[in-house]
Amino acid sequence: MDPKKLVKMANDIATFFDAEPDRAARLSGISGHIKRFWDPRMRLALFHHLDQDAGVGLKESVIEALTVSRDSLLPKP
Amino acid sequence: MYSTKEPDAGTPARVSSQLVTLQIDGMSVTVPAGTSVMRAAFDAGVRVPKLCATDHLEAFGSCRLCLVEIEGRRGFPASCTTPVEAGMRVTTQSDKLAKLRRNTMELYISDHPLDCLTCPANGNCELQDMAGVVGLREVRYGTEGENHLVGTKDTSNPYFSFDPTKCIVCSRCVRACEEVQGTFALTVDGRGFQSKIAPGPTDFLESECVSCGACVQACPTATLMEKSITDLGQPDHSVVTTCAYCGVGCSFRAEMKGNQVVRMVPNKNGQANHGHSCVKGRFAWGYATHPDRLKHPMIRAKITDPWRVVSWEEALAHAASEFRRIQEKHGRGSIGGITSSRCSNEETYLVQKLVRAAFGNNNVDTCARVCHSPTGYGLKATLGESAGTQNFDSVDAADVVMVMGANPTDAHPVFASRMKRRLREGARLIVIDPRRIDLVRQPHIEAEFHLALRPGTNAAILNAMAHVIVEEGLAREEYIRQRCDLPEFEKWKRFILEPKNSPEALQEATGVPADQVRGAARLYATGGNAAIYYGLGVTEHSQGSTTVMAIANLAMLTGNVGRPGVGVNPLRGQNNVQGSCDMGSFPHELPGYRHVSDPAVRELFSTTWGVPIDSEPGLRIPNMFDAAIDGSFKGLYVQGEDIAQSDPDTQHVTRALSAMECLVVQDIFLNETAKFAHVLLPGSSFLEKDGTFTNAERRISRVRKVMPPLAGYADWQVTVELAKALGYPMHYEHPSQIMDEIAALTPTFTGVSYERLERLGSIQWPCNAQAPEGTPVMHVDAFVRGKGRFVVTEYVPTPERTSRKFPLILTTGRILSQYNVGAQTRRTQNGAWHDADRLELHPHDAENRGIRDGDWVSIRSRAGETALRAKITERMQPGIVYTTFHHPDSGANVVTTDNSDWATNCPEYKVTAVEVTPTTKPSDWQKDFQRFTDAQAALMPQ
Repeated sequence: MDPKKLVKMANDIATFFDAEPDRAARLSGISGHIKRFWDPRMRLALFHHLDQDAGVGLKESVIEALTVSRDSLLPKP
Repeated sequence: MYSTKEPDAGTPARVSSQLVTLQIDGMSVTVPAGTSVMRAAFDAGVRVPKLCATDHLEAFGSCRLCLVEIEGRRGFPASCTTPVEAGMRVTTQSDKLAKLRRNTMELYISDHPLDCLTCPANGNCELQDMAGVVGLREVRYGTEGENHLVGTKDTSNPYFSFDPTKCIVCSRCVRACEEVQGTFALTVDGRGFQSKIAPGPTDFLESECVSCGACVQACPTATLMEKSITDLGQPDHSVVTTCAYCGVGCSFRAEMKGNQVVRMVPNKNGQANHGHSCVKGRFAWGYATHPDRLKHPMIRAKITDPWRVVSWEEALAHAASEFRRIQEKHGRGSIGGITSSRCSNEETYLVQKLVRAAFGNNNVDTCARVCHSPTGYGLKATLGESAGTQNFDSVDAADVVMVMGANPTDAHPVFASRMKRRLREGARLIVIDPRRIDLVRQPHIEAEFHLALRPGTNAAILNAMAHVIVEEGLAREEYIRQRCDLPEFEKWKRFILEPKNSPEALQEATGVPADQVRGAARLYATGGNAAIYYGLGVTEHSQGSTTVMAIANLAMLTGNVGRPGVGVNPLRGQNNVQGSCDMGSFPHELPGYRHVSDPAVRELFSTTWGVPIDSEPGLRIPNMFDAAIDGSFKGLYVQGEDIAQSDPDTQHVTRALSAMECLVVQDIFLNETAKFAHVLLPGSSFLEKDGTFTNAERRISRVRKVMPPLAGYADWQVTVELAKALGYPMHYEHPSQIMDEIAALTPTFTGVSYERLERLGSIQWPCNAQAPEGTPVMHVDAFVRGKGRFVVTEYVPTPERTSRKFPLILTTGRILSQYNVGAQTRRTQNGAWHDADRLELHPHDAENRGIRDGDWVSIRSRAGETALRAKITERMQPGIVYTTFHHPDSGANVVTTDNSDWATNCPEYKVTAVEVTPTTKPSDWQKDFQRFTDAQAALMPQ
């Protein structure tokens, strides 16, 4: 999956949840949305981008959300 | 002979708690106060002769045929215009009355052509019937002297003719155009003997007539006559079914001669349309038997190979083996399916079942992805259910109507007529739209506020309105306290009161003066019952879901949810968008909007379907395209959708389709997507199958088969056979069994069955033990989710910006005579009104660029370029241009970008930065498109 597109999609989600003043709610909003709506291969590709390319282009809140919720977001083998 | 006529009570029904009892011809009858004597007589089983009266129009009292005698009254009052009174004693038949009626009929007939035997209305003519009823036996007046027997027939309209020589000037057509349709295109020209019906100073085609057919339906003679009746004669039977065009879901009687449709007539008892129709449903059904229909399955190895006609068995076996081969090579998730919003509930249910049970993944999506997926997300998040809150009838109780990002007179015309009637009665109107849509100013209708915002600023406008309502203390605090989540409300309130959300702060972004926003907010909050109707101008944005939630916020804030006359009403584009979503077409939800991650829900479906259900969401349509280009998605089963034309960034879509190893397209025509297919399975039109559609008001209506499928199978049967070929047999003999399974698995459908649909006519879900006859208005005592949830809806400008290179904003939409990608309507005579897509632009923008009306212009965006003819109009505001997407060679989606809604990936069709310049040639894409189209046509069997 094109990491540029995934980065944009993830950032768009984060932009919505960034309006949430509570940090925990903000991060769970982002990770929860990705978990509920993204096919596992998209999540894997996003983590690949995070791990291999330091998540270049991702908003800080996305990186935080992915880091905090890594276990639940990564599809079970 | 099977009668196709419906009983006509003469005048409309009245609703009143006060009942009145009177005597008619010695019989006692009790009716609601306000009922006419004519209708009361009808209720008593007495038919009073009539010509100018019909029960879908207000009484007019001109024909003088319905005269009666009323004890204690002088003269002979017209029964249609005389309201009942308690104790009234009415006589409908007497020698005097008979003589008067015969004399009246004699006058009518003396100026009417006596060509009954060759007249197209023969067998279904009220004038002829009344001559018989009154016992007219001679006409004493000759044809000498002045008469109307010579005249020119107007055949300009493709679907009906107007023969003035047969007209009795009863004004039913004029009144139907006014009262039912609300267009006011017809008039009575002249006075006295010179009176004649006229569509203005022109012919019907060039007039303001919208060809809804109301006048034709109202005409008691052959003056206004369907050309299909003229050509084919009167029908011999009729079948009630549901229109396959827009989300209004009109009920029609398909009037038939054997297996041939003679005409479609709106069903007077239709609960969505109450006997009204539009040009598409009423007349544009000829596509069903168009020569372009696919009639044989075909396969090919590569898209450059000629198509080979094969048997159904071979085509299905080939498709199944290819899907299995791909899965073995590329994994279980390498294939998927797309359900159709033009197909029935049962058919979409089966396709998603096939994907989840036979493919073993959740890679299923539907065209709602590109239209109303934000509605599903936004309304579920705020109110708790992914559907509109009201029935259409609710508009009759609205005091304020707010239309946002919708153009109902073009896209949902039958409901628009209903809305216009309410507006003429005095409801006040707010329009939020960049274009001056027709509703803004019409005969007897004028929007009190037209907030002509810049495309992409919907959330900002709604936030500004909410800001005003909270700031000025207009919120319904008590309603909110009782029904909403208070901590969430308080958080939202703090947000909305921030100065950045004031109309003054946002007016630079929206382009709407603050005082107009304040005025509209005050009207919405304080004008009484306020109802919001919205369309794709809300959803097809990068902030589509945010805007839907902002709409719900506004409705909750003002207490405008949970009773008739109010609510949040998404106007759905296609006939079964609501249904296809209900049926589990989204990759993250099983039927009934239940997430695939819920183990209890999966268990329910696993047990019934006999296979495990994947707990992970699948790919959405745009993700499928990305995955196809990426190489992880190789096979797709597309039923009744044309993603190559309807989805944005056409080049990206066609690249993805070209990368597929097995694309199976099931459609009634060789659509744009089919040109990239390896297997073609002929589809069936709505006339060829049984099933149900669910319209925008959650109304489930029966679709009934009136002719056998042209290619042998209904669509649901094809899916059953494909599943069988995949090794997952499905056991259904009739769609009613599929509905029974849906009802057994879906809490909101528990009470739905074909038997109950027969009995009730239609059912609005939820239909279950709590609501056995359905639910016209939702969230009555409480929100479905428990407490209504206010969601913070920060306005975020779209990333699509204008620049020096791309200084204009392109937005897209629909037109009355065409439907969606045009596959159906382009194969009808509706091309008479719209034979090509045009680019609408403001005179100022046109002049700056040296563009004249009708010139070819190039439209260039960051995504691509196409060329169209220009239409210069002040409907557009400067800086904004507009086009439709009904013709594939227009390439509207070549220009649109891949920006999408943050929550659902619904494409941002409505905002594309472009430049428009004069041109003399088609774009490179259009040349390539034509070459590809010609090449594909050459590959079809000759």
